[in-house]
Amino acid sequence: MSLAPDVHPGPGSSAGSAAATAPLLEVSGLKAYYQMRFFGISREVRAVDDVTFTIRRNEIYGLAGESSSGKSTLIKTIARAIRPPLNVVGGTVVFTFEDGRQDIYAMSPAQVAAIRWSRLSYVTQGSMNVLNPVRRIRSTFVDFAARHLGGSRRDFLAAVESHLARLSLDPRVLDAYPHELSGGMRQRLTIALATICRPEFIIADEPTTALDVVVQKGVLAMLREVQQEMGSSILFVTHDMAVHANLTDRLGIMYAGRLVEEGPTREVFQRPLHPYTAHLIASLPRLGDDMRKTGLPGAPPSLADPPTGCRFHPRCPSAVGLCREASPPMEELEPGHRVACHVAKAHAEGRRLS
Amino acid sequence: MTALLEVRQASKTYTSGGLFGRHVVRAVAGVDFSLTSERPEVFTIIGESGSGKSTLARMILNSVPPSGGSILFRGRDLATIRSRRDRLAFMGEVQPVFQNPFEAFNPLKRLDRYLYLAARRFCGARTRADVEGLADAALRKVGLSLAEVRGRFPHEMSGGQLQRVAIARALVPEPALVVADEPVSMIDASLRMTIVNMFRTLRDTFGVSIIYITHDLATAYYISDRLIIMEKGEVVESGPARAVLDAPSHPYSIKLLQAVLPVGNAWRDEMPAEPRSQPAA
Repeated sequence: MSLAPDVHPGPGSSAGSAAATAPLLEVSGLKAYYQMRFFGISREVRAVDDVTFTIRRNEIYGLAGESSSGKSTLIKTIARAIRPPLNVVGGTVVFTFEDGRQDIYAMSPAQVAAIRWSRLSYVTQGSMNVLNPVRRIRSTFVDFAARHLGGSRRDFLAAVESHLARLSLDPRVLDAYPHELSGGMRQRLTIALATICRPEFIIADEPTTALDVVVQKGVLAMLREVQQEMGSSILFVTHDMAVHANLTDRLGIMYAGRLVEEGPTREVFQRPLHPYTAHLIASLPRLGDDMRKTGLPGAPPSLADPPTGCRFHPRCPSAVGLCREASPPMEELEPGHRVACHVAKAHAEGRRLS
Repeated sequence: MTALLEVRQASKTYTSGGLFGRHVVRAVAGVDFSLTSERPEVFTIIGESGSGKSTLARMILNSVPPSGGSILFRGRDLATIRSRRDRLAFMGEVQPVFQNPFEAFNPLKRLDRYLYLAARRFCGARTRADVEGLADAALRKVGLSLAEVRGRFPHEMSGGQLQRVAIARALVPEPALVVADEPVSMIDASLRMTIVNMFRTLRDTFGVSIIYITHDLATAYYISDRLIIMEKGEVVESGPARAVLDAPSHPYSIKLLQAVLPVGNAWRDEMPAEPRSQPAA
């Protein structure tokens, strides 16, 4: 159950069989806007704006960002769980599951329904929202997963029990109602529910934010164990940097609808290149450290009217004239470490910007 | 040394069920501590969910009566506060800040209204100029101003700004004690330290004592002077914050500390203390 960072497989170690060569998920140039038109007034909120990244097999990809940075919109778009006013304006989301490569937006609704839960599953934030309060846990498992696993009801329940046993959960919880269980237990059950069909790709949306520290540690260890046993990939979303430091293999940082930095987690923590990331990491309070930390001045920008150029420039301590004019592209400054910042790029090239 | 707040063997039990199958939950059991009025401090209450820390906070705010023991504010037992005038006077001295600023404010009401109401009710301000002056003074203590807040609705502000408005509202009557129940757990990482540092400023500059309730040991270590650790309603460890967190003795405190996820402790020595220096403009 160790969560020490040194047990993480490096970025290259995930390449195993031949099927593992293609990335599991490729998102390129994805743009998802909330488009509203009322009484002739149209308003466009660019929640996800030109995001490109890939997730390899057998890795935990962390996505960090504050509220209203577009991370929830991004995962909804990846899972094709969108409805108006949210629309995908451009870009592609391509999954390479065992049965081939497909753009999720080119699939028919029936195809999407078939891969949901069996290949692509979802651990949500509030476990109360997933577990039906008036049904026993057993019925919830049947509702979610029986269709995908097939077989008789008895076989299915036997499979559920052996899955719970593998996760060190007592099969007796199947007879309980959600309100009889603690928050940590419910969150473990949502993880069990999301992994029962052995999906290749799991989206975890702030699964531990509502839990306190002791419970959080157990839930994270369980998630990591399940992932290692099944070899699936997890897209792990949270704004808690401590969780990212201890769980994820690679880390992407979102700010105001854009991905601003991405790299191996260890590398991002050791040598953050984007000023926003550098600030996030430097401002983390640590036990045994009473150095004065500061919050970032200003507030996150409105996505309906984002600043020109780099969206971080109004709050950035190292902003220069160029930052106000041109939006920096995402560029690989070090192997596997991409960043969208004019100043960091110039610094890497040994130039000075004015 | 005169005592500002004395909590003497305070306990609270909740009873559920009827005549049969009676079930008693001891939320808080015999908690003792006191704050002095000469030296304002940040006093932290740590505990996981269900440890009774919020119940204790409600008892200090006099919104829940203790079922055993007593709580004294400036030497007066809170149970003797009965008249409306006494209650208002007490509320002017002890103010709450809640966990989720998005839920604390009614989304249909303008934020300035809360500040004006506090100024009218607690400070007896009558004229518009007085009311606005008090609201502006409180907002300036938290780094905002009335011009930024006037006429704004809660959805127009970020979580950090809203929490600052909530703290400003608590500061309008110039209280001696602010009870903050998990004030930063819903705030984004980049703004969290702004709020935490503000508590420090309130203590140092404005002489406000703060009871800071949290389960986040890292921020507790960062700002608190003294702390108590609660488990199942009982205080298991108490003392100066740094001393307790550096060398905890109770098994529960040790368990709590071990559960804190290290932030790059493995490579902390290699980490730069400041954000990497980059060519300045």
